[in-house]
Amino acid sequence: MSGFAQNTFNGLVSGAFYALLALGLAVIFGMLRVVNFAHGAFYMLGAFGAYVLLTEAGVPFWAALVIMPLALGLLGMALERAVIHRLTRLDPLYNFLLTFGLTLILQDLVKTRYGVQSSPYATPAALSGSVDFGLFDFPTYRVFILGFTVLLCVGVWWVLSRTRIGMVVRAATERPELTRAFGIDVGRWVTPVFGFGIGLAGLAGVLAAPMRAVNPLMGADLIIVVFAVVVIGGLGSIFGSVAAGFGIGLVQAWGESYLSDFPIVSQTIVFIVMAVVLLWRPAGLFGREEAPA
Amino acid sequence: MTSAVDTPADAARPAPPSGLLTVARAPGWVRYALLAAGLLVALWLPNGLYPAVAVDILCWALFAVSVDLLLGFTGLMSFGHAAFWGTSAYVTGLVAIHAGLPFPAAVLAGALAAAVLAVPIGYLAVKRTGIYFAMVTLAFAQLVYYVANEWRSVTRGENGLQGVPREFFGMDLTDDFYFYYAILPIVLLGLAAAWRIVHSPFGRVLVGIRDNPARARALGYPVHRYKLTAFVLSGFIAGLGGGLFAVGHRFVSLDVLHWTTSGKAVIVVVLGGIGTLWGGVLGAAIVVRLEDWLSFSGFEAIGLVTGGIFVLVVLLFRRGIWGSVAALARRWGVARRR
Repeated sequence: MSGFAQNTFNGLVSGAFYALLALGLAVIFGMLRVVNFAHGAFYMLGAFGAYVLLTEAGVPFWAALVIMPLALGLLGMALERAVIHRLTRLDPLYNFLLTFGLTLILQDLVKTRYGVQSSPYATPAALSGSVDFGLFDFPTYRVFILGFTVLLCVGVWWVLSRTRIGMVVRAATERPELTRAFGIDVGRWVTPVFGFGIGLAGLAGVLAAPMRAVNPLMGADLIIVVFAVVVIGGLGSIFGSVAAGFGIGLVQAWGESYLSDFPIVSQTIVFIVMAVVLLWRPAGLFGREEAPA
Repeated sequence: MTSAVDTPADAARPAPPSGLLTVARAPGWVRYALLAAGLLVALWLPNGLYPAVAVDILCWALFAVSVDLLLGFTGLMSFGHAAFWGTSAYVTGLVAIHAGLPFPAAVLAGALAAAVLAVPIGYLAVKRTGIYFAMVTLAFAQLVYYVANEWRSVTRGENGLQGVPREFFGMDLTDDFYFYYAILPIVLLGLAAAWRIVHSPFGRVLVGIRDNPARARALGYPVHRYKLTAFVLSGFIAGLGGGLFAVGHRFVSLDVLHWTTSGKAVIVVVLGGIGTLWGGVLGAAIVVRLEDWLSFSGFEAIGLVTGGIFVLVVLLFRRGIWGSVAALARRWGVARRR
């Protein structure tokens, strides 16, 4: 039983990363109709930025947790203004290709500067050790990630559903033309929302730094899993993306421990789930039906 | 390209690429002259380039044409075509190593395996369109990548398949120069097949589905089945390229299944010109040649350059080479007639 709790907890923690990345993808897609391939690269930049800040400037984890998302959010906004913006009126596939190219560039930039080997990042002192939950104890840092992510997701939900900005973003996501007709300047929110999504990816990266190996390719394969997550959840649905993120984290963790005799299955379980969802509900678990094609 | 999401932005998407129609509408002598010139260049190629590079160009030409068959003529952007290219490379390599068959038989086996794999992937993927189709194909290709990575007893994992033979009835094809001419007929057959598909009644229906899926459905065409058939045919042609690539390199590594390979194939098509078929061949020649030149000159960050090309092409050059030339030729033709 304690093994099950352990697996479930670890699944929720890795699900937290999927949820943060999927959330960013979903808000960006909702507002701009852009599927950002470079999301994994920004996650990597978040982790790398934290590492460089610590080793070259002695900036601690807590400061990096604030600095990197802000810096990457600004970089994202600049990027949206400079290039992505030019393609948003075209087929979304063009921006998919553009951000794919950006991914290769960002990865290679970091690779040429810092090499491909992984760098360790120490867990902040306040979060080392473990928390005792009576029957089991879990590493404090992981408990922190889980709590922090859940709080963040609740916060985003609150902003989207309870504030005026959230109302505009939701309206612009569902019916952009109609929202404009009501005299709301939708364009004004496009760049900040893009920056916010990128900031979330950077935040996930900083959170990942003490837990996972920091290297230029850490976001490369992750982003494909996150794509599968948003297909499962329904990319148009913000709640669906977060729920699918945690769900896939759980399924993966259970698969890895209970199907460890079949490594092929446990490695690919995400994609198998995606195939089942496509058969059963092609629009995703929480997605709306597309216009018939 | 059709988009899954019915947004007003779709109304502003560029007119469907029409390179094919331009060439088809060109006078007969222009088409025959282009065909003859293309064949002459193909025959001359290994004299002007390193034969190994010329072999790669042929393989990538097939790959690009297979992607364009979907992207340009069916309106589906497959971002997971490495699954078919790579599966065929592995199957071809395994058949060539273990069965000792002549290499064309091994390549055929590989391409058939790719086509068989394309059936379930295509069946699931055509349930979505637009950007979702790209993400779904990408994810399934990654599934194939992980399977190959884990199934080490067969694929040799990170080490790859080594020593794929170039067996052909005892002929000595170890020299890339002769190997190029040995595979040229197969590649030309594959390209001719693609041309035939596009110009068949079946191909016209595909273009109809690309431009107006709702109308195609209303006219009674089983849209999903047409898309799936196109997907499987495309997987077969990609498989031909991948199999030849494996024999050409005498080595198969996991790279052939990686998503960067899928992405490279798409950008080769965009560079050459979406929906132009032969544009992909040009794009393949340019990208393969450039990458060879970069790695030869000791430049390490190839991704920086290919990524930069992606960005520039998508931002400034969406018509691609063939599309731009065709547009120029059309304007010139119109001006002359006045």
